Amino acid sequence: MTEASKPVAAPGPVRQAEQVGSPWFAPLSARRLLTLTGIGMILVGMIFGDIFAVFILHQNAARVGNSLAAAANAAVAGDAAAVAANFKGTGEFLENRGTKVDTHVHLIGFGYLALMLAIVQPWVALSEMARRRFAWLFLFGGVLLPSGVFLIHYVGLAYSPLAAIGWASIFADLGGLLAMLAAFAYLAGLVRHFQRDGSTSVQDNLLDDRSIAGRWLLAGGVLLVVAGFANGAWYAAADLYRHEAADYTILSQMSLAAAAQDSAQVSRSLQEYGQLQGDKAVKIAAHAHIIEFGLLAILLAFFQPYVNLSEIWKRRWAGVLLLGSALLPVCVLLELRFGLLAGGLADLGGLLVILALLAMWIGIARHTGSLDAAYGGAR
Amino acid sequence: MSGAKRLLLLGGIALALLGMTYGLWYAVFAEHQALDGMGGSLAAGFSAAAGRNPTMAARSLEEYRKAKYDYDRQVDVHGHWIGLAMLLIVLAIGFDRVTFSEKQKLLLAWTLLLGSGLFPLGVLLQTANHGAAPRALAVLGSVLVIAALAGIAFGFVRRQIVE
Repeated sequence: MTEASKPVAAPGPVRQAEQVGSPWFAPLSARRLLTLTGIGMILVGMIFGDIFAVFILHQNAARVGNSLAAAANAAVAGDAAAVAANFKGTGEFLENRGTKVDTHVHLIGFGYLALMLAIVQPWVALSEMARRRFAWLFLFGGVLLPSGVFLIHYVGLAYSPLAAIGWASIFADLGGLLAMLAAFAYLAGLVRHFQRDGSTSVQDNLLDDRSIAGRWLLAGGVLLVVAGFANGAWYAAADLYRHEAADYTILSQMSLAAAAQDSAQVSRSLQEYGQLQGDKAVKIAAHAHIIEFGLLAILLAFFQPYVNLSEIWKRRWAGVLLLGSALLPVCVLLELRFGLLAGGLADLGGLLVILALLAMWIGIARHTGSLDAAYGGAR
Repeated sequence: MSGAKRLLLLGGIALALLGMTYGLWYAVFAEHQALDGMGGSLAAGFSAAAGRNPTMAARSLEEYRKAKYDYDRQVDVHGHWIGLAMLLIVLAIGFDRVTFSEKQKLLLAWTLLLGSGLFPLGVLLQTANHGAAPRALAVLGSVLVIAALAGIAFGFVRRQIVE
């Protein structure tokens, strides 16, 4: 073996784990921490999203619609004070909705990044201790940001030193900064690796897997991402500018009708506005979810060697994940036409993804148990 | 690690950092002001309607339209830069399974990285310039991303068939 092709050895604290075949997934290693916590964050984010979709989203949309209608009707009646009061209510409902969506999106997004950082750990030229500390920093920031965002609606500007930004926002921003610092440190570690050890190979059996479940997830994930891109391109070409123009036109018609005390036109505009918002919401949600589920499937394909389940169950859970990943966005798109039936099926799709992900997470946790037992024996 | 894989990995993490930095800047310095501006102009429009002042109402709603146009794009840029960055990283990890020559893989990687940078940048520039150039840049970026992704997907499928 030449010097250049000499494999990079596992870091100090995990060297003994080489004897059990998983040097990068040893107890308390950065990869194990990022993997288990990353999937946990995705699971919590998804469960939060499902609860939000079932119990809050539609009720909140109805409240937004009602307060907008009340504001428009107050304008018809010439009551400027009531207009302002109702718009304040609309703003609060929109903030409530927006922060819940942001919590869901950011928790899952940081979970995905954690899984990616877990995979690239062998190429990060930092000591195991440093990599573990940055993993903690990333995870702390990744949890702090969505937690802060969630609290924005409830904390408001109470005791805030700033005029427009409350304490919850400040802590959310701090969380983002911490996650960024950790990601930057990993990037620096990768650059260092390529500058110093670029020609040396890294021994990592995680990426050598060619199991059926892994191939299904990889192929299915790529297909979902491609479908999501096609859907996004179609939305941008056919709907984006039409939606923006309609948003402005309908609100203008509504306000002009209110100034002219034309209640019938105000009601028509309110109805059109509600339909427009629904159309926009389902199309954007379908686009975002299909790509995110595609990414998740690809990521989980790489982690299949760590899923300690029988081959048949690994295939079953891969199939369930792909089924749910396709069902949710398709049914979300059909929600405007088929109403609650499609909505219920979309929620079921989300539930299938959550169940499959939970099963894989349990499989990985089982793998850590057997690894630790073997690691203890080797020690 | 191959050059294409390295390019996607480093480019992906750098793009994710760019998206996060932009998001942090936006959250601290621009988002609250943008939301206040949108809410304020919408409320002013309907208050003017209540005061039977259609000219003022139209002006306020025009301000709302402009603020919302910018807000939607600024949020989309953050989401798309990070989303595309994650795609780059994930594809980098599995890039060994793409069945093309190293040269072709490097070309695909450059195309994807370039498109992933340009597409959100074009969207962001639309907030400063409402002409055709930023839209063309966004379209070019998205075409590059879709073309590269289709090529990579084909490379994956070839590998699956061979296996």
